Amino acid sequence: MSAVLEGRAEGPTLRQRLAARGIDGATLLVLPCVALILGLFIYPFLYGLMLSFEPKDGSLFGNYARFFGDPFLYGTIFKTLRLAFPVTLLNLLIAIPIAFRVRLMRRQRLLTTLLVLPITLGTVLVAEGMLFYFGPQGWFNRALMAAGLLSTPISVLNGYWGVFISLVLTGFPFTFLLTLSYVTGIDPSLENAAATLGAGPAARFREVFLPLLIPGLAITFCLSFVQAYSVLPSAVLVGDPAGATRVISIAAYQAAFEEYDYSMASAIAMIMGAVQLLVVVAVLGCRSLFYRGPAAGAKG
Amino acid sequence: MTVGATTFKQLHLQGVRREFDAFTALKGLDLTIERGEFIALLGPSGCGKTTALNCIAGLLPVSGGRIMLDDRRVDVLRPEERGFGMVFQNYALFPHMTVRKNIGFGLRMRGVPKPELEKRVDAALAAVRLESQAEKLPGQLSGGQQQRVAIARAIVVEPPLVLMDEPLSNLDAKLRLEMRQEIRRIHQSLGSTTIYVTHDQEEALSLADRIVVLRDGAIRQVGTPAELYALPAHLDVADFMGFRNRVNGELVGMEGEDALLNIEGTVIRGRMRAASASKAAVAAIRPDDLEPTGTDSGIPVRVEAVEYRGRGFHGVGVTASGTELHFASPYPLQRGAAVRLGADAGRVLVFGDAR
Amino acid sequence: MQKSIMSRLWVFAVWAVIGLFLINLMGLIASVVTSSFGTRWLGTWLPAGFTTRWYFAAWDEFQLGDVLWVTFQAVGAVVLLSGLLGVPAAYALARREFPAKRAVMLLLLLPLLVPPITYGIPLATVLYKAGLGGTLTGVILANLVPTVPFVVLVMIPFIEQIDPRTEAAARVFGANIFQMFVHVLVPMLMPGVLAALLLVLVRTIGMFELTFLVSGPGSQTLVVALYYAVFASGVRAVQSIDAMAVIYMVTTLVWLIVALRFVNPTQIVGRGKRPAA
Repeated sequence: MSAVLEGRAEGPTLRQRLAARGIDGATLLVLPCVALILGLFIYPFLYGLMLSFEPKDGSLFGNYARFFGDPFLYGTIFKTLRLAFPVTLLNLLIAIPIAFRVRLMRRQRLLTTLLVLPITLGTVLVAEGMLFYFGPQGWFNRALMAAGLLSTPISVLNGYWGVFISLVLTGFPFTFLLTLSYVTGIDPSLENAAATLGAGPAARFREVFLPLLIPGLAITFCLSFVQAYSVLPSAVLVGDPAGATRVISIAAYQAAFEEYDYSMASAIAMIMGAVQLLVVVAVLGCRSLFYRGPAAGAKG
Repeated sequence: MTVGATTFKQLHLQGVRREFDAFTALKGLDLTIERGEFIALLGPSGCGKTTALNCIAGLLPVSGGRIMLDDRRVDVLRPEERGFGMVFQNYALFPHMTVRKNIGFGLRMRGVPKPELEKRVDAALAAVRLESQAEKLPGQLSGGQQQRVAIARAIVVEPPLVLMDEPLSNLDAKLRLEMRQEIRRIHQSLGSTTIYVTHDQEEALSLADRIVVLRDGAIRQVGTPAELYALPAHLDVADFMGFRNRVNGELVGMEGEDALLNIEGTVIRGRMRAASASKAAVAAIRPDDLEPTGTDSGIPVRVEAVEYRGRGFHGVGVTASGTELHFASPYPLQRGAAVRLGADAGRVLVFGDAR
Repeated sequence: MQKSIMSRLWVFAVWAVIGLFLINLMGLIASVVTSSFGTRWLGTWLPAGFTTRWYFAAWDEFQLGDVLWVTFQAVGAVVLLSGLLGVPAAYALARREFPAKRAVMLLLLLPLLVPPITYGIPLATVLYKAGLGGTLTGVILANLVPTVPFVVLVMIPFIEQIDPRTEAAARVFGANIFQMFVHVLVPMLMPGVLAALLLVLVRTIGMFELTFLVSGPGSQTLVVALYYAVFASGVRAVQSIDAMAVIYMVTTLVWLIVALRFVNPTQIVGRGKRPAA
């Protein structure tokens, strides 16, 4: 007891000095979590990065040279982007008006719950269902033929459009819910204010909602893009994994688990990460051109 | 596109009703507002005053009745077609626009050419004394400044009608007083017809030409501040106007306009405000008007608490039957002391039980 | 009025898109369910007859008993560990300002921003090298990478809305950090923790990529087993694969419905700005 008192008389103890900087027992609670991410995310990533520079042929950039020298490999980047970009954009463009409509509804819960379903079902189940539903004898083609809209069944499976549809089905709910949370985060009195000042629905959207939503939409785009970009199961199950939908994740998977070339697989994973990072940085970079403060009427 | 910037003689609310599912928020409002008037809608929370304002603004559709500007029907128009100005409780400034852009928004929506727009925005900025803040974002302003931007944004379009929804409730006491004067000054210089919603009787009394007291979705009383302050027509209104003491008594007679009321054995005199079917009645007295008589007359109380209030003392006394009375005293009193309280007959309002 | 026709058309178009989406989604799910109960289904609207035998077949063929047990163990461990690691970290991040806070936040965001396949491959490589590849432990560890940051990010706003004076009061009355956590904070945070963990549960059941990359024959969860079954279709009867899909669907749906009693759906994906009301 007296020692503590003496310590105080001399000046702040180490503990007090640390506490003044915000470090005390409670702060240490963050450590296990940080350790986990460092150990299971950062370390593997760095390990993968190192490994990617140790290809089987011994040269430093052998893997990367092989990837960018082989159209069958580097083509996967474009195949992936050709899927991920339009899907994400389409999902976003559909999600915005629907979110605006749902925002006005009083019973949002049922609809949002229905829309959440595909997220929890996951890509595997959706792909499995699509094999049936969109198959030549599936209900989709039967219904369209019965309605006289089709004379022969259309085949969306085993190709670009199969994966496209599966990504829309599984990705839309995610995009929608994110968009909805941003849309409902905007103070409704801003819309009222704009209305009383003479702005019609279109002007309100253009002048008030859109500028306030852009930062959120940019984030939504990035997160949805990440989902669409890492497509693996549907590309295999309802796509054409050797051709039109040979996406980069298939290439990485094959390198790792079919050729057992972990070095090459790591290199592809790194390229995949880099491409994705480029897109995210580009989108978020555009975002910084817009207003980024709180979207709920600023309070003093 | 809008009916804005036109003048009018009278705004009529004719039986305006608003229902939310089973709940009736407005039970048929009838009110005529003259051009240039400053009207305060006063009432406790949940009385329907904000609902009424939103119906006038067009933010809520009316469930029944009509809103007329002279002989033009406006309740069928959408808010953007009405051309009214509105100041919101939380200001509702567009956070992504500078002060100048915020103020110019309404003019831009009306297609006002740029040079004129700039000129009018400058004038509005000057009117609210924010010239130096024009290029800032709302988030960088203080609450009072934001409020002034909100007012400037509403008045710059020269609307026939300005609606204000508790605009001062988010400000601290000192700022509220300043802004009150500011609103008064702006109203006087522009002469715009204003409907001002508040739950603060002081605000209503100091700002309004006429006060409309609302209760449970219906109008209780309409009158000038002086009328309402001196002679509220209802016990509710009296309650709102600071008649904090309410004592039950028995009517024992009338002398001219004055009623004689027996309160726990003491007869006091007061103005009869609402008739009574039986002998039961309530006397309403402001604490400031109730003072120790220093004589044998008056209602006897035992002093429970005394507080120093600068100019004098504020006392709380309890009558024999346990009714609490708040009163003013020019001199300090001991706790537990027995005093008799009385007030001028003109300051005592007697309300019968017939509502 | 011209405008009102336009706006009505617009509303109609929006609802039409919603309807189209839901009809196809429901059709898709119904196809799987119908098929799993059908006897022979070729070129007709409905199967020739209905039976439940595919469920028994699927149970035996795919060793669903084992798979479900593995799924249960893996998901349970992930949920528990995410809660134990994530909630205290969220508390520290919500309540303290310390020098490296921004760096820590970024560190936690990364696993949510990078697709699982991208970090899953190096992670699987490391886990295999450490001898954990193909084991249940490996599956659990891999799944913790996205779930722990998720719990942290969902819980931070939840903790921030609790008045810090409550904790201060507990400390003043002599509770140490641990006691304060157990007696004061946890009960107040329970709805939020429950919500976050239920979402972790749903996400982990459905997490395909990480489990797929890390798991071995004895550590497959239901969703991975389903993938292999669909991938290798032709070997087995389609209907028993569908039966398995239905079983999978039911496991996630039950939890989803439970979760939605506590959570606003936007929380499943968002940062949970408005925690369960």
